[in-house]
Amino acid sequence: MRPFSYVRAEDAITASQSIGAGSAFLAGGTTLLDLMKLDVMRPETLVDINSLRGSAPAVALTQGGLRLSAFASMAETAADPNIEHDYPIIAQSLALAASPQLRNMATLGGNVLQRTRCNYFRNPSWRACNKREPGSGCAALDGVNRKHAVLGVSPHCIASYAGDFAQALIALDAAVETIGPAGPRVIKFEALHRTPGDTPQTETNLGQGELITAFIVPRAPWTRRSLYLKIRDRESYEFALASAAVALDIEGDAVKQARIALGGIATRPWRAHAAEQALAGKPLNEDIANHASQLALAHASARQGNAFKVELARRTLRRALLQAASMKV
Amino acid sequence: MTDTAEANVRLGDPLNRIDAQAKVTGAARYGSDPDIARPVFAFLAVSSIARGHITRIDDRQARAVSGVLDILTHENMAAAIRPVKFISEGGYMGSSIMPLSSPRVFHAGQIVAVVLADSFEAAREGAHRLAISYADETPSAGFDSEGVEVVPGADASKEHQDPKIGDAEAAFAAAPVKVDAQYSTPTQHHNPLELFTTTCAWEADKLTLWESSQNVHAFKNGLAQQLGINPENVRVISPYIGGAFGSRGSLTQRTALIAVAAKRLGRPVKLVASRDQGFTIASYRAETRHHIRLGADKDGKLQSLTHEAFEVTSRPDPYMVSGTDASTRLYACPNVSSKVSIVHADRSTPGFMRAPPEVPYLFPLESAMDELAAALQMDPVELRRVNDTKTEPIKGLPYTSRSLMQCFDKGTKAFDWQRRDPRPGSMRDGDWLVGLGCASTMYPTQMGAATARVSLTLSGTAKVQTAAHDIGTGAYTVIAMTAAERLGLPIQKVTVELGDTELPPAPGAGGSNTTASVCNVVAKACEEIRAKVANAASSAEDSKLKGQDQKALRFSAGRLVGPDGAGEELETAMRRVTNGAIEIYAENTPHGVKPDAIEKLYQGAQTLAGGAKLQDRIQFAFGAEFVELRVHRITREIRCPRVLGVFAAGRIMNMKTATSQLMGGLIWGVSSALHEGTEMDRRYGRFYNTDLAEYLIPVNADIPAAEVILLPEEDHEINELGIKGIGELGNVGTNAAVANAVFHATGVRIRNLPIRLEQLLGTASI
Repeated sequence: MRPFSYVRAEDAITASQSIGAGSAFLAGGTTLLDLMKLDVMRPETLVDINSLRGSAPAVALTQGGLRLSAFASMAETAADPNIEHDYPIIAQSLALAASPQLRNMATLGGNVLQRTRCNYFRNPSWRACNKREPGSGCAALDGVNRKHAVLGVSPHCIASYAGDFAQALIALDAAVETIGPAGPRVIKFEALHRTPGDTPQTETNLGQGELITAFIVPRAPWTRRSLYLKIRDRESYEFALASAAVALDIEGDAVKQARIALGGIATRPWRAHAAEQALAGKPLNEDIANHASQLALAHASARQGNAFKVELARRTLRRALLQAASMKV
Repeated sequence: MTDTAEANVRLGDPLNRIDAQAKVTGAARYGSDPDIARPVFAFLAVSSIARGHITRIDDRQARAVSGVLDILTHENMAAAIRPVKFISEGGYMGSSIMPLSSPRVFHAGQIVAVVLADSFEAAREGAHRLAISYADETPSAGFDSEGVEVVPGADASKEHQDPKIGDAEAAFAAAPVKVDAQYSTPTQHHNPLELFTTTCAWEADKLTLWESSQNVHAFKNGLAQQLGINPENVRVISPYIGGAFGSRGSLTQRTALIAVAAKRLGRPVKLVASRDQGFTIASYRAETRHHIRLGADKDGKLQSLTHEAFEVTSRPDPYMVSGTDASTRLYACPNVSSKVSIVHADRSTPGFMRAPPEVPYLFPLESAMDELAAALQMDPVELRRVNDTKTEPIKGLPYTSRSLMQCFDKGTKAFDWQRRDPRPGSMRDGDWLVGLGCASTMYPTQMGAATARVSLTLSGTAKVQTAAHDIGTGAYTVIAMTAAERLGLPIQKVTVELGDTELPPAPGAGGSNTTASVCNVVAKACEEIRAKVANAASSAEDSKLKGQDQKALRFSAGRLVGPDGAGEELETAMRRVTNGAIEIYAENTPHGVKPDAIEKLYQGAQTLAGGAKLQDRIQFAFGAEFVELRVHRITREIRCPRVLGVFAAGRIMNMKTATSQLMGGLIWGVSSALHEGTEMDRRYGRFYNTDLAEYLIPVNADIPAAEVILLPEEDHEINELGIKGIGELGNVGTNAAVANAVFHATGVRIRNLPIRLEQLLGTASI
């Protein structure tokens, strides 16, 4: 860890104005401090925004749906009874992430911005990592890549986006409220993250000093019949090998509308639009679930170690769809 | 309650650990905990290449970091430390690769510099700012790599033997039922919770080392040799150990570097290596490959067993575990052939890890037995019954005791094995495929020469001093129980001091020997105390015990009593011998241990004997392990809702700590089968998942039920107290039991560990 200066921000506007080049916001610090100790991130200034934690209720019910404070901890948001009952996909995506200790520390805003778990990125002694050192190459392409992405990949980076909560947000058409030096704005959650392309070092479309303040989740007929299915080697405290965030509006026997996102297998939060469309108007059975999951992975591009994830992701989505269809709501 | 102050301690009582409170309250001091004023902090820089040499170290930026005091590299350390031999070649070192002795790099993660600073943070920043240039060569990463050197075990070590009897080839050819399969086990790392730490302080020419150690006297002597000083000037202190599992069994090269640093700076130096550095500065379980051939008659009786194995090691060191010693002796078989070879690659040197030989070698054997049972359409438990034996097949030596089938019989009942439908893929619970698997487990009973000092005071307190080690196993407690039982004292009146070279030497904590080696010598010392006091009493005019046979007198509940329970107060009896304390130093050289073993022990050398290495008998502990497994029909993730182990291991000294230890073994076994595996980027010969986020171990939710049943077993031949080791017995059979359960659940036979869901995705969902 390199020496840095530390500033405590009292409000969001001051926070966003305190950020210069080489600065970083410090919320729960669960990713940032690790990466600083590992000498991967070397901010010159940390702007501590923890004083904003109480600035808004963790969960506010609005006419249109939900407003989730970006400064709330994962734990308190997941435990909110409205979330648990009406938006199980959100509660599950939060509760299945990390460990209780981390969920108590980490904020929602920090969580959606967590960096990849690719160890070629997290350990600077590996020479090649375009995300860490633009132009240096990608050691993961032909290295150990069991946990790497098969969707949204580029020849420059296959690091997977590790988060869970973001899959729920992208599936539910959420929006992001931010405040930046130029003032507040609202962007679609789907527009927050970028695929790596040839600039894997740039992971989001946030401007310099732009701070996420809230997530807006619209109420919709599919939010109650929703779930987050996370498949991993062990039962808890592990990132997803593959995950599926699924929300269904079912009328009679047929799916009216579906919302689907896939985690653990893509370079960014991943919405599976084609699979959603394939389900619309159809009764949900194994065959159609299978068909939708084939479409979701149609453009997958795997390497040696992660080839199985294409099939695993298909099966994960198939299982999630069948499980959501059988939910009592 | 068994912990009442006045109760006589009985061997076997389920007592709480006597060190539990110190451990959970933070009073226990571990290796990096000593109170030292103004230590210098060390941080290691390690190599990012696996083979080649350092061409330049630019330390200008590092030295510019505020607080950095000194940086050790090969340029200023080349001749500072003397070479000392590898453990299996008569030395003390877990690896003969000497960092900073030359620019040469033997493996990735080799120490290439030590940054010394006034704070941990400054030392770490300094290490990050070192610019090290290498001339790198393509490494030979392991099996199948170009440039590795394959050496037959017999050429690698004079002591190595490949067990063999009869004509296995011909018998295999003639056998009506056969299994012929290849298996592999991965690299695994111990990852003890306590990191690898070293603290050194000099006072004039005397060096004190605080480092968690499974073998303090070996560390003392080895470090003295490395530094060229008298061993009497080195003291090693290691009273508490935050997990070891073999990783602290041999002296690593980091220790002398820190000792030299402390000398150079004239201040104590403390090193706490990082988690990822622990993957390469200490040892690990190397990957192995196996080819097993079993030939049986139609009733399942083995006619032929062939076990050929390969193990990876480093370039210079012939580390080899040779588990064929066990795998060729588990079952009756007239024709056996085996061969072990090692493969030298550009790696750090592997080392002991909980049941070093048996874990990798019984996985293939016990998997193959399950395959044989399937081929015979025979219950796997019955196959083991058919091949049970009371003598080992290679030399025909008798087992001192063997309760394998008793364990299976108890286990099949407790596990409700009868519910198992033998057809693979036939059992279901909703969307989950259910599998039941079992395997035998075995571990050699080994003992070493040991010494201990026991003192008993007039007021009825005792102290036991021996440089044995409690690596979390409960050694403090069973040693205290031995003295308490023999001296007739409550456990609270006994204090035990371990882990310090100022104490009489005991064997390293390895090979599950500590309880047998140390409790027997402590019992011997207590017996000498008893004999002194009893002798005096039986001939004293004023004693109620006058005229009684001194051998019949014993200590009980603070008194010296005869067979009828009548007698006198301890203090009264003791005053005939002393007005202070009786202090006895005892030595014990167990059966099969060489006569010069005590001298060797003082030199920190290994003296263990037992298992399959004795001339006149064979001694092992046995058990049966059962696993229930679930595999999701669609996504194929594997979960293990229940594991049961039934063990018979001679006298159990403490039912509670023994149960915990065996349970820990079962859990580690499940971990080994389903979770643990160090992955390597073979292009660079570098480990990849060097942290506890990516090197998986089970969390609580992965182990809903782990059960241990201990069968009574009396073995009067094995040693006076009848103790077999239990530290490593628990995790030997589990790999195979899990793999066999996976086969039963899915019909897919997985022969390569760890078992991961991708190995089960190949087939359509059922």
